[in-house]
Amino acid sequence: MAQIKKKKERKAPGISTSSLPDIIFILLFFFMVVTVLREMEIKVQNKLPQATELTKLQRKSLVSHIYIGKPKPKYADQLGTAPRLQLNDSFAKLEQIPNYVQTERNTVPAKIADQMTFALKVDQETEMGIVSDVKLKLRKSDALKINYAARKDIDN
Amino acid sequence: MLQKKSNRSRLTTEMSTGSMADIAFLLLIFFLVTTTIQVEKGILHQLPPWTEEEPPEAEKNDRNMFVVLINANDQLLVEGQQMKVDNLKEKSKRFIDNRGKRDDLSDSPDEAVISLQNDRGTSYDMYIQVQNELKAAYNEVRDEWAMQQYGRKMDNLPGPKQDSVKDEYPMKLSEAEPKQTAN
Repeated sequence: MAQIKKKKERKAPGISTSSLPDIIFILLFFFMVVTVLREMEIKVQNKLPQATELTKLQRKSLVSHIYIGKPKPKYADQLGTAPRLQLNDSFAKLEQIPNYVQTERNTVPAKIADQMTFALKVDQETEMGIVSDVKLKLRKSDALKINYAARKDIDN
Repeated sequence: MLQKKSNRSRLTTEMSTGSMADIAFLLLIFFLVTTTIQVEKGILHQLPPWTEEEPPEAEKNDRNMFVVLINANDQLLVEGQQMKVDNLKEKSKRFIDNRGKRDDLSDSPDEAVISLQNDRGTSYDMYIQVQNELKAAYNEVRDEWAMQQYGRKMDNLPGPKQDSVKDEYPMKLSEAEPKQTAN
C-alpha cells in the first residue's frame, strides 16, 4: 500500500519573540492613556466613609467634585483645624458655590447640564453642619443631583 | 604632526533593537504602578428643589411617617426609641412593607415617608451610615418584590420593569433642616 511517510521535523520551532516589543508597546499605550495623573491637589483631609449601597457614577464629564474636610496639616497653621470647603484647586467659601455650579454647568452642553452630578467628597470626621450648608447652597443654585462619595465596605 | 587615524569602519551599524522590549517593559511597569483606575462610587441622592416658603407642616398621618433623628453624639432615635444603626434596616423594612397590617406602621409603600433629621454636630460618618441603611432597606424590599413578581432580583431586570419596581416602592426621604444644639 502506498504510505505517505511523514518527513516533518520533530523539533518544535521556538516561539518568535520579535513581536514582543510591539505587544508590550500596545500594553504601554493602553496604560498611558488610562492613567489619570491627578491634576489637582487635594488640600483637605479626605477619608471617605464606608457604605454598601453604592452606585457607580457613569459619565465622568458630568461629575463635579466638592471636597470638604479639615485642612491638611501643612495648611493647618494658616487655616486652623475647622473643616473647610475645597472647590477646584483652592479653599473656598460657601458663597462661591453658586458660581462654581454655574461654571461647571457651562463646561457641558446645555442640553445635559441638568444631569450634572455633584459628588460630595466629605471626610468621615466632618460634622454635618458644613455639609448641610453646602447642600442648602446647592439646592438654591438648582443643583439637585448629588452623590455622597463613599468607599466599599471591606468586610462585605 | 601626529594624526590619529580613525580605524572605525564606515559601515552604518544598525541600531540594536534587542533592548527595546526591556525599555518598553520598564515604562509599562512604571505606568502599571502609577495607574489608579478611579471608580467613583457613592450614594446617589436627589435634593428637593428650593422654595422660599416654609415647607408645609407634616399633615400626613403619623403612621406613614417614619421619624429618624440623629443627635450631636451620633445617637439614633427612631420613632421615639433609641436604637443602634444595625437594627435600623430591619425596622425600616417592616415600616415600608407593612401594607396596613399593623396600625402604627405605614398604610402602603407608596405613602410611606422617611423623615430624617440630624444635628449640625452629627458626624458625617454616622449620617452616611444611616443613609446607607435606609437605602439598603429599600433595596431589599424592592429585591424581594421583584423576586415575587418576576423571579429575578432588581438589578437583573430590564429597565421598564425596574421602573415598575421603583414605582411600587418609591423612596421618599424627607430631610429637615438640621437642628443647632447649643454646645
